[in-house]
Amino acid sequence: MSLQVENLKVYYKTLSGYAQALDGVTFTIQDGEIMGLAGESGCGKTTLGHSLIRLKPPMNFIEGRVLLDNQELPIWDMEKMNAFRFSQISIIPQYAMNALNPTRKIGKIVADLLEGKQVGYKTVLPELKRRLKLVGLSADVLNMYPIELSGGMKQRMVLVLSTLLNPSLLIADEVTSALDVSSQKAVSKMLVEFRDRQFVNSIIIITHDISVLYQIADTIMVMYAGKLAEKAATETIINRPRHPYTRLLISSLPKVGVKFSEEKLAGIPGSPPLLLNPPAGCRFRDRCPVATEKCLEEPPFVEVDKDHFVACWQELEHHA
Amino acid sequence: MLKVDNVSKLYRVGAFGEKTLRAVHKVSFDIQKGEVVSLIGESGSGKTTIGRMVLRLLPISSGAIWFNDMNVATLKGQALKEYYRKVQGVFQDPFSTFNPIFKADRVFRLVKEEFFPTISSGEWQNKVEQALDAVGLNPGQVLNKFPHQLSGGQLQRFLIARALLLDIELLVADEIISMLDASTRIDVLNLLGELKKTGLSILFVTHDLSLGYYISDKAVILYKGHVVEQGSTDRIFGNPLHPYTQMLMASVPRLDAKWEEELPPANGQENGADAGLTGCVYYGRCPVADLSLGCAQRQPDLQEIAPDHKVACFHYPGLE
Repeated sequence: MSLQVENLKVYYKTLSGYAQALDGVTFTIQDGEIMGLAGESGCGKTTLGHSLIRLKPPMNFIEGRVLLDNQELPIWDMEKMNAFRFSQISIIPQYAMNALNPTRKIGKIVADLLEGKQVGYKTVLPELKRRLKLVGLSADVLNMYPIELSGGMKQRMVLVLSTLLNPSLLIADEVTSALDVSSQKAVSKMLVEFRDRQFVNSIIIITHDISVLYQIADTIMVMYAGKLAEKAATETIINRPRHPYTRLLISSLPKVGVKFSEEKLAGIPGSPPLLLNPPAGCRFRDRCPVATEKCLEEPPFVEVDKDHFVACWQELEHHA
Repeated sequence: MLKVDNVSKLYRVGAFGEKTLRAVHKVSFDIQKGEVVSLIGESGSGKTTIGRMVLRLLPISSGAIWFNDMNVATLKGQALKEYYRKVQGVFQDPFSTFNPIFKADRVFRLVKEEFFPTISSGEWQNKVEQALDAVGLNPGQVLNKFPHQLSGGQLQRFLIARALLLDIELLVADEIISMLDASTRIDVLNLLGELKKTGLSILFVTHDLSLGYYISDKAVILYKGHVVEQGSTDRIFGNPLHPYTQMLMASVPRLDAKWEEELPPANGQENGADAGLTGCVYYGRCPVADLSLGCAQRQPDLQEIAPDHKVACFHYPGLE
């Protein structure tokens, strides 16, 4: 088992109290698993990704445990986490295009990063060149400034850079959303290839675009308002979702072949609750078409089928 | 109603403007009343430039844009104001359109001051409420709020409502939903569909083919400022002929099919963007480029190969 997260709570400290952005999240990721993390903006998916690697203020660690390869990660301690960052757990940030220092050549950026881990640039260079070739970049980019690369090229450069030390877990935060469809496809396929070649053991892909996840992820986890809604294999989530939120989310996606004049798609009415003082019980209750009295209590996140976890009273009752 | 006739746009680039960049090259299309036309292309295709030229935010280098038989480029003073009464734009980022220190409904007041100085405030209030109703917002919930108190979808609909206050005939919608969540995205799209039914024409600029198909009657596919394929949406999506359109179609992440392997470019390489200034714009990436047809020598003309379907590719010899 690659990653185990138990009852993780991370709140944002604001002037008017704590915003419960991540409220009791429990899940596991298997070795070699590519997990897609989906949800609307503000559902806590980026908070989850970041808290695993760099839990910085105003994020506040409340409670929970994170185990990576059976070793506990001290995510509440910025200093101690340095031993794990980049070498065992790594991230491709949301605006990877802006992650490269514009005043230094790319080779220099790589060398600086490696120095922090006491790894010699020269010893890594052959492997670095091999991986650059793999993502379709020539070794010349090491002598270029970031401004000389296009958005898609920078994204690929950051992908190579983040995985250079073969981390166990890679967090890819919205890596494809700023790209054109053709680069989106290329970058997504590279993520899969890096896993296949075991440059990384497992990957969390954070995105709001479920159709990209369908192409590359093994499992999908859906979050809503700081809580987990559903986790299952990709095929199951897309074709047989059991949480009402997942169902609505998937049915609202436009597809090639659907026209407004012929088939009108529906969005999800309402908006997510404020996390400063979230309602008790199921947080999707107010927007849910099948909510009942029972939903005033909080539904547990339980396995209703093999490897299929759902937090919904309806499904629990069907199951029981 | 709107006629874009052979429009080109050259940008001066480099330190002293010594080089020119052809952002848009001889683009022609027209929009009838109540019609939605999509401009589809990747970044750098010139789609936004065309939208901005229609809104007169950028001067035209050559060619002309006609709106109800008036040349848009020569409008001045009162005539230009009349034009803006009928043609308005909504842009990608709803968050940066609003000034965060003023309340969001200030945008409506600015419209009143500029275009309707004589209307009484009671009457104006009614008009604003009608416009908000038309975009599916509850006036009581959204008026008198600051921008940060409203969601992205609400702000985007605010801007459409502002445009509706002006009895507009044409709306230029530039990537208006790419920043929104999947669940609110479809609401804004459906709203455009409803407005179309009332006779509004829309120029819909997007990089997402599935969205373009969902809403529009006609589509224009752009690559590096050149129209590569244009015609009715049914024909283009049902039977894409240009290799670029085919590649775009195959790259769209779908929920009913997985990505297939891509054909490698026949000549040149993907990033060797300028294989030659004389050849077909798509030559460097084209999987079916053929020297014997002249793909490396010149740019093919756009020719009608079926009613309402034009393609610029030497593989379709045309009906001469």
